[in-house]
Amino acid sequence: MSATRCAIVGIGQTHHKAKRSDVSIAGLVREAAARALADAELDWKDIDAVVIGKAPDMFEGVMMPELYLADALGAAGKPILRVHTAGSVGGSTAIVAAQTVISGVHRRVLTVAFEKQSESDAMWALSPRIPFQPQLTAGAGGYFAPLVRAYIHRAGAPAEVGMMVAVKDRVNALKNPYAHLRIKGIDLAMVRDSPMLWDPIRYLETCPSSDGACAMVLTDEDGAKASPRPPAWVHGLATRSEPVMFAGRNQVDPQAGRDCAREVYAQARIGDPRQDIDLAELYVPFSWFEPMWLENLGFAAAGQGWKLTESGATALGGSLPINPSGGVLSSNPIGASGMLRFAEAAMQVRDQAGEHQVDGARRALGHAYGGGSQFFAMWIVGRERP
Amino acid sequence: MDRDDGVLEAPYRLEYTYQRSTGPVIGRFLTGLRDGQLEGVRTAAGTVMVPPLEYDTQGAATGEAVKVGPAGTVTTWAWVTEPRREHPLTQPFAWALIKLDGADTAMLHAVDAGSIAAMRTGLRVTPRWRAARTGSIRDLECFIPADAASAAVADAAAAAPSVTLFPSPVRLDYTVTAGHHLSVYLRAMQDKRIVGGRCPSCTKVYLPPRGACPTCGVPAAETVDVADHGVVTTFCIIRIPFDAAPFPPPYVAVAVLLEGADLPIYHLVRGIEPEQARMGMRVKAVWVPDEQLGPTLASIKWFEPTGEPDADRAQIERHL
Ligand SMILES: [Zn+2]
Repeated sequence: MSATRCAIVGIGQTHHKAKRSDVSIAGLVREAAARALADAELDWKDIDAVVIGKAPDMFEGVMMPELYLADALGAAGKPILRVHTAGSVGGSTAIVAAQTVISGVHRRVLTVAFEKQSESDAMWALSPRIPFQPQLTAGAGGYFAPLVRAYIHRAGAPAEVGMMVAVKDRVNALKNPYAHLRIKGIDLAMVRDSPMLWDPIRYLETCPSSDGACAMVLTDEDGAKASPRPPAWVHGLATRSEPVMFAGRNQVDPQAGRDCAREVYAQARIGDPRQDIDLAELYVPFSWFEPMWLENLGFAAAGQGWKLTESGATALGGSLPINPSGGVLSSNPIGASGMLRFAEAAMQVRDQAGEHQVDGARRALGHAYGGGSQFFAMWIVGRERP
Repeated sequence: MDRDDGVLEAPYRLEYTYQRSTGPVIGRFLTGLRDGQLEGVRTAAGTVMVPPLEYDTQGAATGEAVKVGPAGTVTTWAWVTEPRREHPLTQPFAWALIKLDGADTAMLHAVDAGSIAAMRTGLRVTPRWRAARTGSIRDLECFIPADAASAAVADAAAAAPSVTLFPSPVRLDYTVTAGHHLSVYLRAMQDKRIVGGRCPSCTKVYLPPRGACPTCGVPAAETVDVADHGVVTTFCIIRIPFDAAPFPPPYVAVAVLLEGADLPIYHLVRGIEPEQARMGMRVKAVWVPDEQLGPTLASIKWFEPTGEPDADRAQIERHL
């Protein structure tokens, strides 16, 4: 075993939808995995190991996906690992898979993440009736809306900015054939007039519930040389976490996110992310998280992220496109949402993104977060071998 | 529930019925069960797998449906002396692996053999179907020794649609144990007192007390009283209706920094139009009537504005 560079040579995803009643969960993950293998022009037998991730168990009631899905993923007789970090799981699953390549343990690894939200109810899963307290939880929006309000208050941001992100990501989604939400004629008025769900978060400022899966084939330097299509190279990868509750915790701008970004930039030798990164796929389940993460990731100073969004810089065609795929706001199979960010970043530097391709994309950031903003996973991928 | 050591316990049930899409292969099998037919699937290697799966052990997609059984042979078994609530039979029975005629794999099901003495490996068995079938593995009530009379199978309605969905109920019964520090906090609620835990190192007061400081990693056994009033650090107005909602929306969910605590708690604010809620608003606990007080945060019904001037931003800035 010896250390090697890791490259992405196969990427596959499903057409994300509200309900894929035509397939089982096994059929859904198989679809994404088969597309990743086809992209890499590899067969199931070429894969050395499988690394799988999914949403928290209550979300869809599948407790042991590594057991249930081993056959569908051709994992018989091979190592199969399951990764579990709440909403960031798609990102950290890809990172665990990449690390088994970088360490020289495996040569070709299939990594897969999925969720079939139509079989369950995330609002139920996130609002348990816990003993010893009144019913205080109200889904993910109930948790994150107060943080969004705190951000708006702290940064003095105009209400329009959240709506701009909601429009921008849905406009991008119209260029992505895999995106779930395709809202023709989406504009600020449509977002403004949509119902308030968790005030200050409107319906059209939230992510949908999707059925979908994402898969990638990761390989070493020899595998990258043999790849029929240009590989995306991993320039840096990192995960960080922090406790969900401690005195003085900055939940709007979490330390773990800042630390994770610093680490991944150092590995990729990025001095100024605003200059050195061509685009980013960020985990933005509620529109206001775009400016929040722009600050947390060092693309803008604290309190200034919304100005970047407002200026149009984060639109496709802007100087720092954010979520050209349409992002989590357009497709949200939760367990796969993080991996989709990582995969879309890789598609961009492979010049594979079709209509939502960012011209000349050389380096891209894939980002995922999860839990109560306590898990972070990031990778930087590039067109050139680092 | 009270334990001798004063630690609180309470039952906690997680219960939900997932709605599974079957996919084409499992759907065909369940449709067959509803129609009183047993089917397997042919694998790429030519073997017949029962019950069918979409992919074989080599990772290849499986193919055509193959009729099997209805009779089969027990390949191994275990006797259940005391059936449980979820079991298919109320009388003692065997769990058995049954290789149906024409199949290359054995499937798990129940055998109603009457007595353990009647069970053996190699026993020939035949299905006993339920009269009312829905497209579930339970349509096959159990197997019975082949020499016993088998229930007749009614023909299915000709145009019944294929099974594509099945309900998957999950129920988990837990006993939640609050632990020593949380129990102290909850018991104080019964006396309309709010008790925090102070870290000896950083002096931060945690609410509820945790027994250890998450930043310093040291035991934090000291308890201190915290006021039942404080400042709203942030909030949201819940306008989305959902099953577990405590009130019909809209209502205001807040983070409140109680005087004397270093961490906000989450609760609700009433007694104000939702649109009037503000960051920095001063609020006070409204306790339930004395006879309803108990060891729970629900002893605080909600918070209400005190009417005092709002706190300035600096006071809440570090607690967002
Ligand atoms: Zn401390």
